[in-house]
Amino acid sequence: MSNVNVYQQRPTSAARAESPLFHAELDKLAGRSVGSAGVTLREKKLRGHLVLRGEASDTGFTGAVESVLGLKLPVALGLTVKGETSLQWLGPDEWLLIVPQDEEYTAELSLREAIGDRHISIVNVSGGQTLYELTGPGVRSVLMKSTSYDVHPSNFPVGKAVGTVFAKSQLVIRHTGEETWELVVRRSFADYIWLWLQDASAEYGLAIAS
Amino acid sequence: MLHIQCPHCGELRSEEEFHAAGQAHIPRPLDPDNCTDAEWGDYMFFRDNPRGIHHELWVHATGCRRYFNVTRNTETYEILETYKIGEQPQVNGKPVVVAKAIEGETV
Ligand SMILES: [Zn+2]
Repeated sequence: MSNVNVYQQRPTSAARAESPLFHAELDKLAGRSVGSAGVTLREKKLRGHLVLRGEASDTGFTGAVESVLGLKLPVALGLTVKGETSLQWLGPDEWLLIVPQDEEYTAELSLREAIGDRHISIVNVSGGQTLYELTGPGVRSVLMKSTSYDVHPSNFPVGKAVGTVFAKSQLVIRHTGEETWELVVRRSFADYIWLWLQDASAEYGLAIAS
Repeated sequence: MLHIQCPHCGELRSEEEFHAAGQAHIPRPLDPDNCTDAEWGDYMFFRDNPRGIHHELWVHATGCRRYFNVTRNTETYEILETYKIGEQPQVNGKPVVVAKAIEGETV
């Protein structure tokens, strides 16, 4: 294992954790009754986000990652999901690993252990971004209003993930189920994207899930 | 709106996802301490500005965030090919030289 200082970045005491959408009080909005909801939004908050970089052609590296996570490192624009853990291609030598809350520390330790002293990098970016999940028959229409990227299933099947322009900002769109999509949103853009999504989904009916 | 092929993402993406980042294939002097000021100045500041075929560096800013090379015709804005850093262009050509029609001026 390389000589890297890995430490628990998430407070283990009773410190209050605030997701990027804390101020929106989604828990309260979740109780609201909406007629027919074409779009249901849920913040998958406070997950563990790790950015993993390494040599894709090194089978020692890819094999080690696969043995730890039970997930293959996806190729370009790929997304592999197993339960609440997902692995996404970000670039030719870069992937985003999302694990359930509190699991990022042990995930990083076991990855570093398995990968050994190869030239790699693992960075905990959990505090820098968050995940929105959008579900419903109106979601594709909302995405079509928001991005120039073609979100038709023939071009954007389930299991694909692309970084692209969104509203007047940039984020990653992931197609996780027939009518289910996820947005990887940077913390500083979280409020803007939230406001944008409320406006863009208004005509289809927006429900909040907690 | 142009569609540009990103060699890393492997598909055509809209122009607004990209930024141009200047001329491509500019080698850094291997031994900066021992090159002349002129050599360093050329490397640092001087760029071609051809009319016609130009090899450029672009970045897929909102996508994979990787740099790659583009062969572009600066007259028509046509993108003839995109290729990864470290690869060589397939399309080459001399810049178009246009004779000036102003009387008394030689080109
Ligand atoms: Zn790309």
